[in-house]
Amino acid sequence: MSSQGVDLKKRRMLITATAGIGAVGAGFALVPFLSYWQPSARAKAMGAPEEADISKLEPGALMRVKWRGKVCWVVRRTEETLKNLKENTDHLVDPDSEVPQQPEYCKNYHRSIKPEYLIAVGICTHLGCSPTYRPDIGPADLGADWQGGFFCPCHGSKFDLAARVFKGVPAPTNLVIPPHKYLNDTTVLIGADDGGAA
Amino acid sequence: MKKLIAILSLALLPLTGFASGAVHLESADIDLTDEAAMQRGAKYFVNYCQGCHSLKYFRYENMQKFGLTKDQIRGNLMFGDGKVGDLMTTSMPAVDAAEWFGTAPPDLTLTARLKHGGADWIYTYLKSFYVDESRPFGVNNVVFPNVGMPHVLMELQGVQEAVKEKDEHGNVHVKELKLVKPGRLSAEEYDELARDLATFLTHVAEPVKLERQSIGIWVMLFLLVFFVVSVMLKKEYWKDVH
Amino acid sequence: MSLMTWIDERFPATKVWNEHLAQYYAPKNFNFWYFFGSLAMLVLVNQIVTGIWLAMSYKPDATLAFASVEYIMRDVNWGWLIRYLHSTGASAFFIVIYLHMFRGLMYGSYRKPRELLWIIGMIIYVVMMATAFFGYLLPWGQMSYWGAQVIVNLFSAIPVIGDDLSIWIRGDYVISDATLNRFFALHFLLPFILAALVFVHIVALHKVGSNNPDGIEIKKGPKGNRWSDTAPADGIPFHPYYSVKDIAGVAGFLIVFLGIVFFAPEMGGYFLEAPNFEPANPLKTPEHIAPVWYFTPFYAILRAVPSFAGTQVWGVIAMGAAIVVLFFLPWLDKSPVKSIRYKGPIFKGMIAMFVVVFLILGYLGMQPATPGRTLLAQVCTTLYFVFFLGMPIYSKMDKTKPVPERVTK
Repeated sequence: MSSQGVDLKKRRMLITATAGIGAVGAGFALVPFLSYWQPSARAKAMGAPEEADISKLEPGALMRVKWRGKVCWVVRRTEETLKNLKENTDHLVDPDSEVPQQPEYCKNYHRSIKPEYLIAVGICTHLGCSPTYRPDIGPADLGADWQGGFFCPCHGSKFDLAARVFKGVPAPTNLVIPPHKYLNDTTVLIGADDGGAA
Repeated sequence: MKKLIAILSLALLPLTGFASGAVHLESADIDLTDEAAMQRGAKYFVNYCQGCHSLKYFRYENMQKFGLTKDQIRGNLMFGDGKVGDLMTTSMPAVDAAEWFGTAPPDLTLTARLKHGGADWIYTYLKSFYVDESRPFGVNNVVFPNVGMPHVLMELQGVQEAVKEKDEHGNVHVKELKLVKPGRLSAEEYDELARDLATFLTHVAEPVKLERQSIGIWVMLFLLVFFVVSVMLKKEYWKDVH
Repeated sequence: MSLMTWIDERFPATKVWNEHLAQYYAPKNFNFWYFFGSLAMLVLVNQIVTGIWLAMSYKPDATLAFASVEYIMRDVNWGWLIRYLHSTGASAFFIVIYLHMFRGLMYGSYRKPRELLWIIGMIIYVVMMATAFFGYLLPWGQMSYWGAQVIVNLFSAIPVIGDDLSIWIRGDYVISDATLNRFFALHFLLPFILAALVFVHIVALHKVGSNNPDGIEIKKGPKGNRWSDTAPADGIPFHPYYSVKDIAGVAGFLIVFLGIVFFAPEMGGYFLEAPNFEPANPLKTPEHIAPVWYFTPFYAILRAVPSFAGTQVWGVIAMGAAIVVLFFLPWLDKSPVKSIRYKGPIFKGMIAMFVVVFLILGYLGMQPATPGRTLLAQVCTTLYFVFFLGMPIYSKMDKTKPVPERVTK
């Protein structure tokens, strides 16, 4: 093709402009399609913070609360358990909760607001199974030095009663502590703290 | 050919008269940016309508769109202990409702889009109840003849009677409505209430309307620029052809 | 060895590019009417993409369908936009296709050697109508329900097998969950068949080459232009000339299309009909039901024909014939010239009449029937068929103008 008398510079400029504006438009057009996959208002409404009445929880017992479709545990720990949590740090991957798997206010040895109550998302950080609550001390299947904790039946990960992961198991990090706050002495709101909803 | 067109246009003449016969609707003259009106409308709705009618595609928390906070919604507009994210259902079981009213009270989420005239229909409807002892609830409605519900707002509006007249075909129809016993509100105050409800229900029917239009303006401006540049590109290339 | 060579040895990328774009020579005198082919493709892509996205949140279940549409409109992020793009796109598709077909009618694009091209296009049109019909049931509103009820009942007018056939189509004795479920499956399937047919349509087009407003075969004219010595003198490479032109056309179209999407998605009740904001109720027919606007010309023909000899099948036959007759257009036109530019006053008058008749029928199909309107619909139906069936006669009688050798501007 001959290019006699053709202003190639102008053509290149116009092609760049059209393609550029077109690409910006395509980028904007993509937003609704990608955003469409985000949780809908219904999913968000159903995943709203959940109130739990903990007044009937006995020491050593566990209750389950559903938040965002996931199981959340509320465990009322005994004095003895709490003492234990301070001592067994040698066997833990992250005893001081350095990995941000919890809100800042739960970055302590008991990983909670009130030492007595543990509130954790009951989903293994390995591949998402829900560990079982094993408060029994020294059972046959878990060994004589088991001081109570959580055991994941899928791949054998072990966590203590502050939901901290033991060394030498598949799970890489401690269990997640959801944002929560106490509305009063017997009611806890899971999924929101004073910083707003999670 | 001309003859044909003449015949056709003659045949079309009777068509132009269509669309008469419908009830005249008063203009509600609503303003979808009037947040206070929508807030009042929401309050009237939960107090007077929601006992029977649901807004089952609309969430309480959606009322944040017209300036309410979640706490205000929970405190003033929700009875019982639902969550603000819940849909605005009615507490009346549909089966009971069908038994009491003969038909289940319809969901009102989309009324403003369903009824011809939209907000004007709702506005005029709310103002058009009149005493009719032949009806189960003692009232009838000009806009919705033989409506199956009582006039819930009667204590506010007062009692209206219909002045009827016969047309040339001998059919009786309502000429006008006359207030025979005033209610708690003046006529102007009641009009305002009906307008607030119409505004609220119009918002509920399509909450995204204003947002849609404001996004649309940006889309149009963008396309205009794109159109101009693409026309310039076309003209530049077509210099080869011409 | 360059990457392109590597690919070309395995896949004819450069060859396809050249044969269908860079060295595909299209007549240089395309006018406004030649935008609608590319626009139809754009709208088809829009329908497929938005449709797939809608299907991610839609529930083809009679108890859930209506609510799931409102869920999309309210709860799903940007769901309202995707839905309006789809609902407006449906009407836009028909507008674009009707204009595209009318272009063919004006310039004789169906004439030899483009008969197959026209027939493939007609098949696309029929499949498109089926897709639209299936899709219209999905929102499960009152118009969806009763519209489908009426159309499916057309099949029961067929003698002997009619009743069984309509039950088979519905999978039930009325339009029901079973019908909705299968209509959803078909509405999802047909667009891909449409896309395949569009591909075939383009293959056929590139075999015979595009017609043009002058109706001149540029391949038969002189050879040689500034790009090639062997190409038709009146041809220009599709790319870049028509690609840049079509981009401008797309921009113009989007202004109108998105203008409707953002500012008038209901389009005064023509694109989204008010009765469809009420869930389907098998016990209550709306006061007035009519198909969506793009079906109304044919619906008016259906209603115009009275039932006699104990059956209403005649209306169905007339409606079917109104579509089937279009397939035969290549053989009905006996004019020595293709384009309306060189046809005589009779043909021009007939086309003008056809447009008026088609619009009147479209209007009548939306309105409730009255004796006056039925009479008018009967007149228009007759004229509709006169236009086609009389064509072999009047197109031959017509006084044509001489066709120039080269395309005009």
